[in-house]
Amino acid sequence: MSDSLAYLRTDAAPELPPPSSQVGWRKWLWDNMFSSMANFGSIGSAIKSILIILLTVTLFYFGATVIWSLINFALIDAIWTDPDTLKRGVCATVAQGGIVEGKVGACWPFVEAKGKLIVYGRYPEQELWRVDALFIGLAVGIAWLLWDKAPFRSQVGTFMLTAFPLIAFVLLTGGGVEYSSGTWTTLIVLTALFLGGGLIAARNLLGEVMFALSGFLIVFGGFLAVLLFTMFVTSLDLGLVHVETSNWGGLLVTLVVAITGIVASLPLGILLALGRRSELPLIRYLSIGFIEFWRGIPLITVLFMSSVMLPLFLPDGVEFDKLLRALIGVALFSAAYMAEVVRGGLQAIPKGQYEGAMALGLSYPQMTRLIILPQALKIVIPGIVNTFIGLFKDTTLVLIIGLFDLLGAIQSAFSDAAWATPVTSPTGYLLAASMFWVFCFSMSRYSQHLEHKLDTGHKR
Amino acid sequence: MTTENNNKTDSDEPVIKIEKMNKWYGQFHVLRDISLQVKQGERIVVCGPSGSGKSTLIRCINRLEEHQDGLIAVNGTELSGDLKNIEAIRRDVGMCFQHFNLFPHLTVLENCTLAPIWVRKTPRKEAEATAMEYLERVKIPDQANKYPGQLSGGQQQRVAIARSLCMNPQIMLFDEPTSALDPEMIKEVLDVMIELAKTGMTMICVTHEMGFARTVADRVIFMDEGQIIEENEPEEFFNNPKSERTQKFLSQILSH
Repeated sequence: MSDSLAYLRTDAAPELPPPSSQVGWRKWLWDNMFSSMANFGSIGSAIKSILIILLTVTLFYFGATVIWSLINFALIDAIWTDPDTLKRGVCATVAQGGIVEGKVGACWPFVEAKGKLIVYGRYPEQELWRVDALFIGLAVGIAWLLWDKAPFRSQVGTFMLTAFPLIAFVLLTGGGVEYSSGTWTTLIVLTALFLGGGLIAARNLLGEVMFALSGFLIVFGGFLAVLLFTMFVTSLDLGLVHVETSNWGGLLVTLVVAITGIVASLPLGILLALGRRSELPLIRYLSIGFIEFWRGIPLITVLFMSSVMLPLFLPDGVEFDKLLRALIGVALFSAAYMAEVVRGGLQAIPKGQYEGAMALGLSYPQMTRLIILPQALKIVIPGIVNTFIGLFKDTTLVLIIGLFDLLGAIQSAFSDAAWATPVTSPTGYLLAASMFWVFCFSMSRYSQHLEHKLDTGHKR
Repeated sequence: MTTENNNKTDSDEPVIKIEKMNKWYGQFHVLRDISLQVKQGERIVVCGPSGSGKSTLIRCINRLEEHQDGLIAVNGTELSGDLKNIEAIRRDVGMCFQHFNLFPHLTVLENCTLAPIWVRKTPRKEAEATAMEYLERVKIPDQANKYPGQLSGGQQQRVAIARSLCMNPQIMLFDEPTSALDPEMIKEVLDVMIELAKTGMTMICVTHEMGFARTVADRVIFMDEGQIIEENEPEEFFNNPKSERTQKFLSQILSH
């Protein structure tokens, strides 16, 4: 009896390979094809399995039909060239007064003919090189930043975020913006006040409250200084022909609105999220007010208000460019959404991380920048990219204030009688959808890559 | 070394001076009339039942918690709302937590060099050399380039100790450093702490490791319901506890 409880292992249990049904193609086939359906153990489960198989086949059939008809329309039945410049004739059936016998698919010559309108809008023909140069610069810059092992990445990143937007502005508009002397004086005085006051307060010379606010003052003063510098650069006249923003259009407008929105909304959103969690009531309530205001109204209303109501509040003679108003509206609108996404990430950071950082003597800005934000932003990458994608697609709404973005430009091309056929608009919409999809899907893939790269595993 | 009542006759200033300190959480009076003086090189163990305020007490010393009444001075600097003072004190007071609080997005080495580089403005090379030295001392130099999530609890706590030491602190606070660890790992952390005590570091440890208290402590402080109930050198404290509450506590934790 006594040895019934005792046990002593004498030789180590060998390490065995997994059973063959758990590796390779057999596992894949089982996991993906049969695990839920192939069970004929009893009549009941056999009926269930047959039903599941029937359902799978039916769904597969419908899916394949849809995809096949899309391929048929876009590629097989599509018209690709218009050698005799027949315009609508090349894409219309004989019955419709054209030359095609049988079915007509997508009318790609239409896209080719309207290509300039779709990409540049009504940007003047001889100035298109400016847009092209910008597109190339943008593509090179983005590719550089996305390539993890590229040299000088941080320098290129800084360039893309600081100098590039200014260059882009001067290139696209032609620069030489005229600001009134009143604007100059006001801004210079304000900058000096905030920056100077902030720096003095930071030395604890103006009392506790001002000391606590000094960081805010310096940041705001710095913001004004950047604004001043921007004004200076944009006021330079380099001899480029001025191009009104009302002549911009197509992909150009979509990219300008989307990229400005994306680049502006993230830092603004982070500041707002931090502000909403601030212990200083003034900053907290301002942030809450801002976020709730912008989240509470639809983007369409924002855009309408920016073009209809804003002029009412501005003094006579002061005019805001329509595109600029849309840019500001879109940026502030998405900043409010971004703020809440980032706040979600901030809330997921355990209190111990703050305590660990504080116990080491890190100041609040250091703690936020080095410990809290890197972790918080990593957590909310899916949410951030979600907001970016939403923003990208929402740019189509600028159509309602008379700006022709990608979709608007394509739609306006439909009205050309020379290309009026039944397949013109499906072709255009297919193109618009594909272009948006390519941009959004790229963002989505990049975010997944980023998540994977930043994953240090083992959350705690 | 010090006996039960530490001050007045001693000429050297205490590095930590707490006088008639009180703290409330809302209506709840968590710390009541705490007075405590710690001298350079002293090792103090704080024990007591859960909720007795011992963690709160040591967290007041580096202002992770704010006290509402009385005085706390570290190295002659009084803790007040002044951010500059607080940051200065935190630079000189290291702290280890029950849950380590390592930064999961940084490697072990980066965890150790972050504060020296950003707070003390040490050049990176120098900070890394110091960090490796301390990682050596806590016996995990080979893990320097791993992330905290890849280490065991005991290793993480040793990294946390090394991280604090990299700031070259004068005082170390330990807030239940072994409570979240498996039994097999407690020893490796205690060994490191004993090593540290031998170097003459001023230490205040909240812990239930009574063996550690016996070997290392100069004084044991027993707290209950937010007050210091008893304070004595370890031999006396364990063999001859004076208050009834201490006797009951000791009988409960030493009965196994």
